[in-house]
Amino acid sequence: MAHSPASAKHSTRTHLESFKILTRLSNAFSKPHAAFVAFITAGDGDTAANLDALAAGGADVIELGMPFTDPMADGPAIQAANLRSLGAGTTTADVLQIAYDFRARHPDIPLVLMGYANPMIRRGPEWFANAAKGSGVDGVICVDIPPEEDDALGPALREQGIAPIRLATPTTDAARLPQVLEGSQGFVYYVSVAGITGKQQAATASIEENVARIKQSTDLPVAVGFGVRTPQQAADIAKVADGVVVGSAFIDLVEKFGQEAPAKLQELTTAMVAAIKDARA
Amino acid sequence: MPDSRGHFGDFGGRYVAETLMPLILDLEREYRAAQTDPAFAAEFDDLMKHYVGRPSPLYYAERLTEALGGAQIWFKRDELNHTGAHKINNCIGQILLAKRMGKTRIIAETGAGQHGVATATVCARFGLPCVIYMGAEDVKRQSPNVFRMKLLGAEVVPVTSGGATLKDAMNEGLRDWVANVHDTFYIIGTAAGPHPYPEMVRNFQSVIGTEARAQMLERLGRLPDLLIACIGGGSNALGLFHPFLDDADVKMLGVEAAGHGLDGDEHAASLLGGAPGVLHGNKTYLLQDEDGQITEGHSISAGLDYPGIGPEHAWLKDSGRVEYTAVTDEEALDGFQLLCRTEGIIPALEPSHAIAAVADRAKQMSEDQIILMNLCGRGDKDIFTVAEKLGVEI
Repeated sequence: MAHSPASAKHSTRTHLESFKILTRLSNAFSKPHAAFVAFITAGDGDTAANLDALAAGGADVIELGMPFTDPMADGPAIQAANLRSLGAGTTTADVLQIAYDFRARHPDIPLVLMGYANPMIRRGPEWFANAAKGSGVDGVICVDIPPEEDDALGPALREQGIAPIRLATPTTDAARLPQVLEGSQGFVYYVSVAGITGKQQAATASIEENVARIKQSTDLPVAVGFGVRTPQQAADIAKVADGVVVGSAFIDLVEKFGQEAPAKLQELTTAMVAAIKDARA
Repeated sequence: MPDSRGHFGDFGGRYVAETLMPLILDLEREYRAAQTDPAFAAEFDDLMKHYVGRPSPLYYAERLTEALGGAQIWFKRDELNHTGAHKINNCIGQILLAKRMGKTRIIAETGAGQHGVATATVCARFGLPCVIYMGAEDVKRQSPNVFRMKLLGAEVVPVTSGGATLKDAMNEGLRDWVANVHDTFYIIGTAAGPHPYPEMVRNFQSVIGTEARAQMLERLGRLPDLLIACIGGGSNALGLFHPFLDDADVKMLGVEAAGHGLDGDEHAASLLGGAPGVLHGNKTYLLQDEDGQITEGHSISAGLDYPGIGPEHAWLKDSGRVEYTAVTDEEALDGFQLLCRTEGIIPALEPSHAIAAVADRAKQMSEDQIILMNLCGRGDKDIFTVAEKLGVEI
């Protein structure tokens, strides 16, 4: 890496910082309304400006996608964002730098990296966990590391006080759920549809039922994503869950508006957050 | 055998999205039950004999042996199977499992189209709808196989995402599966993917080595000195090698595709030119850059053109039990022509890589030694590619 956010200059970070990492996420889910979790892909467009727009719009948690050549769980919108980012030359060092700079500008907004196993473990899980910590990352969602393969990344993250955030899905049955929750930290990401990102919309009734089922087994907050595109959908979910994740709708704006995207992202975030706040009123 | 989590040493495993995990576990349970069910084995054996045409012959390549001057060369003739390659062995096994699990829809990925044709074939045979994902680039390059699949009733979906080749077809297959877990069975074409696929595909393909071992003992009263097979994902090689793994005196050589040479970027040799990583559900050797981004493989043979390899090969390499080498496009073309002219057999470009390695090794061995090579596919599908490379218009 040309410059390393994980290098010695940050090694003086103290236990206070570890404490901050855990509290940033829990604070985001301790508000009177459901947390709004906004996803964009790192390196697709002017990411710093786009992230600032999500923050200005009132996003409670930022999910920063790490681009990968083979995003198996993603629909066309996020696939294309991955390829645009990689086509522009985005490296792992760039993603960590984007996170580091975001943390410097926004000390209190939790930041979660989301992506696939291979870029995360390429230099070893300890390297990645250490680098993510140095960049002020609060949690990591790895799509293709299920609990059965937790050894590949989980212990290294927990060692650094970074939350491994697991996914639960409609196919995660009662027998399996405890295994998914074991070792999971920060929040649980409930994937509302059996499918890829950005496509279908799940029925609110099924979401309510599944979120309730998960919450019976854990004290962790439950955020719901996949297929959420409009403020109305977000509001419906906010009534029954602790958080709402929106990704593809933002990615579409980044693709469509390019350098003009920040204003549009802020506008959509503001609308989403307003709808979420009204939902439980 | 892999451990209970499907790990071959450091390799293998089940690196899939949570949506697929319950299904993978279900598949494993059903496969274990099928393994101990005599009725399952009986149906598999019956189809192998009467539909596929097994056992395939064990053939002494007398003129090739004379031409090379060295070890005796024998072929396991899996190119004589129904559909023209070893791929059908695995497809029969998996469709029987799909039927057993009550699945009503089949999906598969294909590169050159051989696995797609084999899958479409068994779907027609069992009356199940079939969707084949194929890179848009490969659809253009392999139009005869596309037409074959359509004749057999399959829907062929050109995949335009990513580099529009085999790995992208596999991504799209996984995306389909994730969205249709309730009724769909994914027939993976090689000994890779999440556990139990690598073990299961290897076991279905082991019919190759089991037959060959018995045929050798019956014909010659001895085992071969060296086994040779080409490797893309590695299913035909594992099928030949696995039943011989405990025979300490039998050496094994896996042949990867060196494309334009291992010193450049244009090859498909994951073991010799890649590094360990995670893709498509398993940890194995991958062609990738320093950030873990997957790079495109290149080979004259579309069937070897995949940036990964079955995890058991990764393990066999690191353990030293199997030796691995690589053969360039040019050398494979020479091997292709050599076999045509000495034995009257037009091989596929995939085993042509193995033939080139046979030519190299035979000369270094004595006349009382035996090489057994898996001739895993026939070359009808490749004559257009070969003609183009040789500068011939047909």
